[in-house]
Formats: sequence, structure tokens, C-alpha cells
Amino acid sequence: MEQSIFSHVYPNGLVLVAEEMQSLESAAFTFRVPAGCIYEPADRGGLAGLTCEMALRGAGPRDNRQFINDLDNLGVERGESVSDAHTNYSGATLAKSLLPTLAIYADLLERPHMPDDQLESGRLIALQELSAVEDEPAQKVMLELRRRHYPDPWGRPSQGSEQGLTNSSMDEIRAFFSRHYRPDGTILGIAGRFDWPRLRDAVGELLAGWKAAPQAEPKEAPLGPRVAHLEHESNQTQIGVAYSSAAYRDADYFQAWGSVGVLSGGMSSRLFTEVREKRGLCYSVYASHHSLKDRGAVMCYAGTTAERAQETLDVMLGELRRLGDGVLREELDRLKARIKSALIMQQESSSSRSAALARDWYYLGRVRTLDEIGRLVDELSCDTINAYLADHRPQDFTIVTLGPQALEVPVGVS
Amino acid sequence: MEFLEHTLANGLEIVAECNSEARSTALGFFVKTGSRDESDAIAGVSHFLEHMVFKGTPTRSADDVNREFDEMGAHYNAFTSEEKTVYYAAVLPEYLPPAVELLADIMRPSLRDDDFNTEKQVIIEEIRMYEDQPPFGADDRCKALHFGQHPLARSVLGTVESITNLPVDAMREYFQRRYSPGNIALVAAGQIDFDQLVAIADRACGAWQPVKAPRAIMPADPASHFACEVRDTATQEYVIQLANGPSATDKDRFAAKLLATILGDDTGSRLYWEIVDPGHAESASLSHHDYHGTGLYGTYLACSPENTQENMQRVLDIYREAEGDGCTPEELDQAKNKINARVVLSSERPRGRLFNVGANWTYRHEYRSVKDDLDAVERVTLADIGRVLARYPLTTNTTMAIGPIGGLQAPK
Repeated sequence: MEQSIFSHVYPNGLVLVAEEMQSLESAAFTFRVPAGCIYEPADRGGLAGLTCEMALRGAGPRDNRQFINDLDNLGVERGESVSDAHTNYSGATLAKSLLPTLAIYADLLERPHMPDDQLESGRLIALQELSAVEDEPAQKVMLELRRRHYPDPWGRPSQGSEQGLTNSSMDEIRAFFSRHYRPDGTILGIAGRFDWPRLRDAVGELLAGWKAAPQAEPKEAPLGPRVAHLEHESNQTQIGVAYSSAAYRDADYFQAWGSVGVLSGGMSSRLFTEVREKRGLCYSVYASHHSLKDRGAVMCYAGTTAERAQETLDVMLGELRRLGDGVLREELDRLKARIKSALIMQQESSSSRSAALARDWYYLGRVRTLDEIGRLVDELSCDTINAYLADHRPQDFTIVTLGPQALEVPVGVS
Repeated sequence: MEFLEHTLANGLEIVAECNSEARSTALGFFVKTGSRDESDAIAGVSHFLEHMVFKGTPTRSADDVNREFDEMGAHYNAFTSEEKTVYYAAVLPEYLPPAVELLADIMRPSLRDDDFNTEKQVIIEEIRMYEDQPPFGADDRCKALHFGQHPLARSVLGTVESITNLPVDAMREYFQRRYSPGNIALVAAGQIDFDQLVAIADRACGAWQPVKAPRAIMPADPASHFACEVRDTATQEYVIQLANGPSATDKDRFAAKLLATILGDDTGSRLYWEIVDPGHAESASLSHHDYHGTGLYGTYLACSPENTQENMQRVLDIYREAEGDGCTPEELDQAKNKINARVVLSSERPRGRLFNVGANWTYRHEYRSVKDDLDAVERVTLADIGRVLARYPLTTNTTMAIGPIGGLQAPK
């Protein structure tokens, strides 16, 4: 697969990493700004999200309304999210609108208005998003699973806490912005149709004046109890199980990722087959690999009627333990076919490539080409995966359940 | 880009948008059947049958079906709506022949007793899952209230009771009646050798026996209803509002989409500025959905319980103002710009085109290129928007609120 991947590091530390996809009519961008919720003070949960919300409320020559209207008029399909280490601003639009769109985001990053009179509106939105989690049991259990599996601040939910959102002041939001919205540590991933020299120069002109700032990495707190049940009046019980795994940057990552693909990837995977197809225990069951900079975890989910929840948990844990015994050749072959087609289809979407470019740069400091990933996948064998699994058996589980009654967690499981 | 079509002797239609530049191929069987074609006795059978289709054929077990799709690295799934059931797969071009063969084979499922009984549990879990999530089934109940005796009133999922009581023979009978080749289209988009596609389809589907699969098409009566349900375990209040709109064959459907974007897109719309941006609600949006013979506008509101009454009033005021004064040229231009970009972005992948080509064929028996759709959007005028508002008033609607508080009133 031929790819044209470019990167440029500007004097202020900003990284631009871009991939030309001339067969597309679109271009997509992802700004990863090093302003995630790990940088929030412990009693200001949600400050990163609130800052993100306020930064969108007018910047440079545009007030709140003009800011959104101009992005809408450029046809930008946009989204914002807060993750552990970053606040992400991403979007996709027609190729010809890319540079005008980036100019508007440059204003957001360097010249936001942060209007005092809109703080209460922004806060109300954030508080309602936090409340909405209470009505989404599947999301709630997985947020709690993450919070209990990773030591604070790494497991924090981006929605924050009611207290943190209520107490955050405009001064604190401005301080968070000036400390963490900075070019050194920001990665801009762009994919789609563009002209590289022109893009590189344009981004330089737009963001050259953005000033670097020092950043202190957060301190970790010790972990709390890792088995928990949350009372919830509902038909179904939600089950979340996590265990530690390799990080994206680790040499072992592809072995770990491959093993999760055998567990959950396609309808012939183990969890889907054993939990849903053979036993009809649930509608939704999955496992996915999650990575932080220096560690990873596998997060598993199932939701099922309360009376069948114990059996579901038992079958899930049984499958996780059985994975430690190794994977089979035919499972690996199917996995490779799925990855191969996913890699090729990724080339049909500017959005998925721009996100992948920014992600690779953050974890690896470079971009893996699809050919390189293809080679790494080709090199996977039952022997390599099973050797990894023998040394890293899924165990020491974090288990969170949510529903009308607690489940029995086998002794010694955690 | 080339559009090609062919009809087999038994009536199965094969249509494809062939793009020699595409890296992948998307294909799907579009069956013109769904909950509107059911009766009380078999409520939910279309969706349950969609699950059973993956459970194997005389020559394949359920495990074989899943395994073979995965061996091709296919991205595959299926969905059921009120009026269509779609089975689809996206694969690399070299897997087109086995993917067509496999999809075609599962379209004649065995519907074995054991599989039926196991899968019944999965369907019940799916229903219970939706009952635990916002809007806690209120979308189905609002639709039932809105459509009254019209077949579109029927729930796609059915109920725990209707699924529990469904006998396997009733599903087999429904299958025989609805999965006739004349009621199905094989649709493809992307990198395709059309002659090869037709040859494989003829071999795999040519023996399917045709039967008549009629559907009752009728307009829906517009009426206003209001209902408020208490769900004390909920934290937020949710409001669903349905109003009649242009149907899938109505040229005004483009104006309706633009109107929904102007009034209720999730960014930059009137609902956004009046309700979401000031923090009155977490979400407030309007969308348009088209069906055979009728269409629907759906308003969705999620907010703190104490703000709900005021927010419903705000929505009504916005709709009333639009019906009185129409929209501005700036709003129309902005909506066109948004839709234009969305159409282009969603069309880049064969997977995206598949559903568009399939919908155009099953609803209108026509092919529309991306440019045809962009041109149709571009041609919409303010007068068109005004006409749609007059023909289909948003202020005549069925509203259902669900959440922790009772006693909400229809806004005035």
C-alpha cells in the first residue's frame, strides 16, 4: 500500500503529521492537545471538559455564534472529547475548506474569549452530561471499571464530578487553559486531499505565535478496592471485567492485541460464541484493548438479565482464563484476515487516518505505515502469541457490576 | 462510476454502483419487509428472523456462517426497521464471490428449533437492554400513539411477551411469505465485476421460488396527542415528539431534510441556539425520516427534569415561529453547506454508498448518484421550505415525555 506520510516539528514544539490521500474529496484533522483530565486538580473533576466547552464559545474575531456558524458554513463535521492525557478537537470537511477551518481552530487555541457571561451555560451542559451517565448503565459500569483498574489520575472519567464542575471558576478555567493548551505536546494529525508544502507553511503561519509552556506530569495515587457492585434498579445487570495488558508502544503489543482479537473480534470470536451464540446469555458482549502511554488493559463487557448474570460472569471469566492456554491456528488466520481488510478500508476514510496518525505520534513519536503494520501482523504466529500469553495469563481481574443484586466473585480472582 | 442493473427470472433484482477506484466492495440483500408487515400474533418476528438468518442453512451451521465471514475479514451485520431488513458485508474485492455466495445462502435459513429457542433469549435480552436505556421504550410507545391503526405503529423489537409466545412455525410461515425473490434486491457498491456478480447471484438465488409479497401503503393521519410517563429510576427527563412529514417518494423530502437541519441540527440550529447553547438541555434535535407512503419528523429532547416544561414550550415556540415566518436565506445556505459536506463524507466509502443506493432502489426504483442528491439539495428554495411547513406542520404532533417527574402538560 503506497502512502505519502509527512511530518514537521515547528520551533514551538507543535507536531504536524499528515497523510496525503488524493483519491478523496475530503480532509480530516485531529488536534491532540495535552490538556486531559489527568491534569485536573483532584477536587476539580470535569475542569478539562469545561475548559474545552468554554474554548468553543468564541475566539479571535468571532463571538460564540459566529464561531459555530462559520464552522457550520464550512461544512465541518466536528467533535470534541477529553481523554486521560488530551483534549481532542477533530473534524472532517471538503478538502477545499481545510485551511479556513484550521484558521478558526488556531484562534481557539491561541485567542479564545472564554466569556464570563457564558460560564453558567457551559457548566449546565457539563452537569447534564454528567447526569446522563446515570441513565446509561452500560457506560456507567465501564467508566467505573476504568476508574478502579487504573490508579488515579489515569482512570478518571472525563465527565468529572458534580462538586468539581460546580466549584470550577472562570479563573481556574483560564489557568487550566494557559497551562495546558500549549504547542509543545500538541499533535495535529491531518489526512485527506491537500498539498503538503502549502499545508506545512499554512499551519506554521497560523500557529507559529503559540507559546510553549512547562508542564509537570501528575502524581499517581494508590489503587483502591478492585471488586465492586453498584446498586441500580434495572432489568439487566451490567458486568465489566478488566485485566492488565501491554501498552501500544511495547514490543509485545501486537501479541497482546492479537490475543484480544481472538477473544472478541468478529462473530466467530470466543466471547461472542460462548456467551451469546451457544448460551444466549446476552445481546452485547465484547472485550477491547485499551492503551495508556506506559500501560494497557483489556476491558470486557456484558449486559444480561439479573437472573442470568452470575452464569454470564462465570462464563466470561472462564474464557479469559482459557485464553491463557493459548490460541489456535485457525483463530489466528481469521484474525489476520480481519486486520488486513480493516487496514485497507482505513484508507477509504480521512477521519480514521487522521486520528491514527495523531495517536501513533503520541505513543511512538512516529507513524507506523500500513505496510509496517501488515508486516507485524504477518509475523504473528500461534507460537509468538502463546509465548506471550504463557507469560501474561489474563488474571488479577478488576470486576465491577451494576444492577439489582451483587454477584459472587470467585475467591482469589482479583 | 457506473450504475448497472439486472433482474433474474424469478424477480430478484441486482443493482450495483461500480467504482473502479474503490479499494473495497460493499454488498447487501435489501428485503422489503419489517414490523409494518406484521400482525399482533407475530409482533417482532421480522427482527427475530434477522437474527435467525445467521443461524445456518442446510449446508452450514451457525458456527460455519460466523467463521466463513470472519475468514474473509468481512465487516458484516444486519438491521431491521419498520419496513426493511438489510443483510450486508464489506469485503476486499477478491472476496466478492464467496461473500455473495455466503450471503445468498443464509438468505434461505434452516430456522431450526434449537437455534430458535436459544436466540429467543438473546432477543429478550436485547429488549430488556433497551428498556434500561433512555428513552426506556418511550420511542416505541410514542410511535404507537402517533400512528394509531397505521401499520407503522408497530414496534420493530416486539415485546418480551410477544417474543416469548412466538412459535417457530409462525416465523417459518412469515419467511415464506416475505422473503420472495421479487421482494428482495441484491445491492452492491464499490469495486465490482458486475457480470461476475450476476452470474454468482443467478447460481445462488436463481432457484428461489417467487410468491406475492404485497404491502399495505397508506398515508398517516396527522393528529396531536400528549402523554407523560413517570420513570422514577431515571435521572434526566426525555421527550420524544413525532409529526408527519414528506414520504420517501415525495420530492419535498429534500426540503424537509434542510428544514430539519435549520431548525434542529445538533449544531448551529434554532434548537441548538435557543436550548442547547444556553445550557437548558443536554440535547435538543429535529430529524426527518421517510417511509413508504408517509414520513416522520422526530424531535428529541434530553434535559434536567425541572427544565422540561419550559423546554417543551421553547420547542413549540420555535416551530410556531418557523411556520409563521419561514426561514432566512442565510439559514438555508448554511444548511445546504452542511448537508453537502455530509453527503460527500458519507459517500467516500463503498459501505456508505451501499445504503444510499439500496434505499433509492427499494423505495423509488431509481438510481441517484452523489451529484444527483447534491443537485437536489442545491435546488431547494425558501418557498419549498415554506410549502413543506404548511403541508406538514411541526406543531401538530404526538409528544411523549418520560422521566422522574409526572404532571407535565402539553405546551400552549
